[in-house]
Amino acid sequence: MNIKKYQIETFKKASLCRHFENEVFKRVKSKIINFPVYLSAGQEFIPSSISQLVSMKKIKPLLFGQHRAHSIYLSFGGDIKKLINELLGKKNGCTYGMGGSLSIHSEKINMYGHDGFMGSNATIGVGACFSSKKPTIIFIGDAAVEEDYVLASLSWVAKKNLPILFVVEDNNFAVLTKKEDRRDWSAKDVAKAFKINSFDIKDDPKQIFKTLSKSIFKKPQLINIHTNRLYWHAGAGIDNNKTFDRLNQEIQNIGKKAISIDNQIREKVKKLWSSP
Amino acid sequence: MVKPLRETIKDITFKHLKKNKSQVFGQNLVDVGWVAGTLPKLFEKDGVIELPMADVAGGGIVTGSALVGKRPIYIIRYQGYNWFNCTFIINYACKSKEIWKIPAPMFIRGISSEGSIGPVAGSSHISLFFKMPGIRIFSPMTNNEYKKIYNEFMKKDDVFYISEHRASYSNKKEFKNIVKNNLDLILMPISVTRFSAEKALNSLSKLGFKVGIIHLVNLKPFNLKKEWINAIKTSKHGVLMTDNDYKDGILRTLAHKIIEKTNKKVQVMGLDDKSAGHHMNVDNLPPDMLTIKSKALEIIK
Repeated sequence: MNIKKYQIETFKKASLCRHFENEVFKRVKSKIINFPVYLSAGQEFIPSSISQLVSMKKIKPLLFGQHRAHSIYLSFGGDIKKLINELLGKKNGCTYGMGGSLSIHSEKINMYGHDGFMGSNATIGVGACFSSKKPTIIFIGDAAVEEDYVLASLSWVAKKNLPILFVVEDNNFAVLTKKEDRRDWSAKDVAKAFKINSFDIKDDPKQIFKTLSKSIFKKPQLINIHTNRLYWHAGAGIDNNKTFDRLNQEIQNIGKKAISIDNQIREKVKKLWSSP
Repeated sequence: MVKPLRETIKDITFKHLKKNKSQVFGQNLVDVGWVAGTLPKLFEKDGVIELPMADVAGGGIVTGSALVGKRPIYIIRYQGYNWFNCTFIINYACKSKEIWKIPAPMFIRGISSEGSIGPVAGSSHISLFFKMPGIRIFSPMTNNEYKKIYNEFMKKDDVFYISEHRASYSNKKEFKNIVKNNLDLILMPISVTRFSAEKALNSLSKLGFKVGIIHLVNLKPFNLKKEWINAIKTSKHGVLMTDNDYKDGILRTLAHKIIEKTNKKVQVMGLDDKSAGHHMNVDNLPPDMLTIKSKALEIIK
């Protein structure tokens, strides 16, 4: 696999997600969008890296995300116009205007919607994987992994040896409660106790590639990826201006080409939002 | 020779697994009596899947299976466990068709029973499901009723909740409604109370009272047939409903629907508003033949 190509394609996806979220941010701020919105800015390298990896492997997995799923939807190829329309409450939205921000879905990319119960997607995704035997990715957060039914799902998945990847998007916060105030264990250690191959890494796309490229879907796996949420848990606001930004880091890593790609994508997304 | 209901359920399950290549999920399915003899002696390779003992997760796993079109059967061995098992079925499987246009058809077998089983496992608990959208609820007690509901399930793409009762598994008899105008009283029993209500009806008839009976099988959606409405409207004393759920469960909701359509008095008999103990002296049981008869006499006289 061409790692350079992977890096650029992953960057394009992440940039798309970031500029999409920035446009949503503006519209939430100005109350054009007037319901709870869960922005994934800062965390976009997780779905963009994994989607690029499975796309290079020509695998089309079942996808089960949670509330913060715009970047999953966009990274895996969900129709951007339909997501815009969804957020504007239109019937031609990706979830027919019913899904808002939290419950988006796309049949085209095998992405199932979320009901709002933290971690419900873990149990449901496990059932879907078990009955279909299709490769499946379940995205949860560092809070959802504490749900008892998520732990039970990990245990059962290991027993049934399913082709499944649990991705823990670990931004350290349950709303604003830090992980250190909630538990003294790591998702990696718990998964390992269930005899699941598990990893604990940063949201560096190269690290994600290196960790998963040879083993994905061969056995049940859990990858806990440390990341940073740039905006509020819900709505448009900033908790901390000094939060590390992976996108800026990648622009520095890739150089001029990244700046040019980023500018083009920003303009493209702006245009799409101005004429949904 | 007529089979008992348990054999019919077993035959349907066998066909569902072998012909439709489906799956049956539940806890403690194999051995231990094979779910009171209602499950064919098959294993995981045949599609009989032992879920983890984590009840909440179990309902989610079955929901996932339904989402990918497997049409699973989900066995909940005691309806009291609905409290754990219902979460993702009610909040995902039942809503999926409406929100995402992706149906999650599943056939839930919730088994109720009473008698020295304590404060959690006993009685019906379908009212938990009843209030929420996207589910169809039935309570068959006979072979023909069960077959009809299964056939309907295979034609639809909805979540079906089948409220079974252990006491019905040996039943070979079919029930017949008695619906006429100008009756003294009409009994409308649900689930296991249908057996007691039939006996009460016979006893009341022998005493010379004109009593009708409408066996309630389709609970949600709950539709009153025109002839039922006419019979209730012309009855002297209205309706007495019976069930093995608490009185404040679905009984009062259904009673209110009947009142809205007929403007007649509807009284209910179900479990009392108290917890069941394990000893028979402190149990909380559904109305039996004698209590139904006595309540009917109290109403008529």
